[in-house]
Amino acid sequence: MILVVLENQRGNIHAFSKEAVSAGQKLASKLGMDLSVLCMGENASSLKEQAADFKVQNLILAQNEMINSYSADGYSKVLSDIINEYEPKYVIMGHSYMVRDFLPRVSAKLDLPFISDIISVTYDNDNPIFARQVFNAKLATNIQPEQGSNTALLSFQSAAFSSDDIELGGNESSLTFDVNLDVGDIKSTSEPEFQESSSGVDLTTADVIVSIGRGIESEDNIPMAEELATVMGAEIASSRPVVDMGWLPSYRQVGSSGQAVSPNLYFSVGISGAIQHVVGMKGSKNIIAINKDEEAPIFEIADYAVIGDLMEIVPKLTEELKK
Amino acid sequence: MKIAVLTKAIPSYESSIRIDASSKWIDESVVNYVVNESDSYALEEALQIKEKLDNDSEVVVITMGSQDNTSKILKDGLAKGADRAIFIHNEDSNTDPLSIAKLFSENLKDENFDLVFSGLQSDDLGSGQTGVLLGELLGMSTATLGIETDVQDDRIKVKRELESGWFQWVTLPFPASVSIQSGINEPRYPSLKGIMGAKRKESKVIEGELSDTPKQNFINLFIPKTEKATEKIEGDVDSIVAKLIDILKNKLRVIS
Repeated sequence: MILVVLENQRGNIHAFSKEAVSAGQKLASKLGMDLSVLCMGENASSLKEQAADFKVQNLILAQNEMINSYSADGYSKVLSDIINEYEPKYVIMGHSYMVRDFLPRVSAKLDLPFISDIISVTYDNDNPIFARQVFNAKLATNIQPEQGSNTALLSFQSAAFSSDDIELGGNESSLTFDVNLDVGDIKSTSEPEFQESSSGVDLTTADVIVSIGRGIESEDNIPMAEELATVMGAEIASSRPVVDMGWLPSYRQVGSSGQAVSPNLYFSVGISGAIQHVVGMKGSKNIIAINKDEEAPIFEIADYAVIGDLMEIVPKLTEELKK
Repeated sequence: MKIAVLTKAIPSYESSIRIDASSKWIDESVVNYVVNESDSYALEEALQIKEKLDNDSEVVVITMGSQDNTSKILKDGLAKGADRAIFIHNEDSNTDPLSIAKLFSENLKDENFDLVFSGLQSDDLGSGQTGVLLGELLGMSTATLGIETDVQDDRIKVKRELESGWFQWVTLPFPASVSIQSGINEPRYPSLKGIMGAKRKESKVIEGELSDTPKQNFINLFIPKTEKATEKIEGDVDSIVAKLIDILKNKLRVIS
């Protein structure tokens, strides 16, 4: 059996989970295995309704008031029990922040491999091989779980599979897993999720974005990039290091912890292209990237790869555009 | 209070990354090793907690790997203010997060740390699992992507970063393992006094032996294929700028 676990994102199936369903369907069909989808926690019934059309063998519901608010303690315990009960060959989830928070706990509890942030699957006969990015996406690696592993835990990077490919057709059966938790199982307490007020800058609607990264080197060089954005009629944005340094406010950040954008043009300046950034901008229609490192991973997704010194190119470009 | 900070030596951003002859690892001889970025934030957070508590709290900086790559980063941690260092010496080219976490747990369990801090992920393998795995193996509560912390008597409140600008506060009783997001604080630089003092601090070396088979293995490293037909633009500044203006005006029509 292959088990896909749906993540609840404030009442809806998380976008990464839909991609996980798509991945699960493909893997199950290739390996001739059954596919089950697990809905757990507060909105499990609602998730189950949203998943009703997915073509799967089983829908499994796991509810208990002690997992009505997410905790790594509760979720890892319940999923571990479910894995012990059904013994799936693969457990699949999207590589979300929640998965990073609790799935390693399951790995350690059950002594199972957790291959995280997978970008693609290939097959050696009927043995799946999972690829993930390493060394800041400069390289990738093929990984296999140890031969003797009964179960492998997998998380897929966003967009590794497309939710458009989900096969519909409904499920054959649905069942309820009897959740067994003691008060002592959950040691942590969680408060409600909240959003911090942003300044109202909505990068998602921008037509052109000039985005700066670590290569800008100093806060003193920010105005230089801002001037380019102004002459191009663009919004200014950045990768995480620039926000961490306090050079731009956090609402300007693009990436997994910031905004996900898909402008007509993403003009990237001094950004290396770490995975966490790329997931937030790879949907851009056109990407121009300036970087002095010819091997910068951003060039893999760029339409135009400008290999050169941004300190020279940006002011000169601004000056020419003003003419 | 006893705080462990897990820290890792990783290739610097500028380092050239080449696959070695085994095709399972990189050529380390051309790589310059530096401390993993989010680990610096984890260390700073631990030092600030110690300073705020102003008691006999202890910060222990810990790493694992080969002597050559890691010696600098422990010295750096001690110079910044950690009280002692533990180096788990292990030359295995093991890339399995779970067996690495077991090696930490077997060698650290007797320390009885109240808190374990780690960076959210390493910028080389990037599995982002070590802190959470170790927490589970040591029977601790865990939280990830901490962007603010508040230590209260026998517990720690952690503001977890969720996706797309959402956050959540969680409270963990000690012992707890928390992975730290970069940007949580401003990591300090070592002072000259700190650098001099570091030499007198305890730095323990443990020979770490892998106790069981890795649960997952690298088959081979490879260079990712370019996803798009990328047009390369290089040369002198004037010709690059002329080319860019042509693209912006005539191909993409984003300026008139």
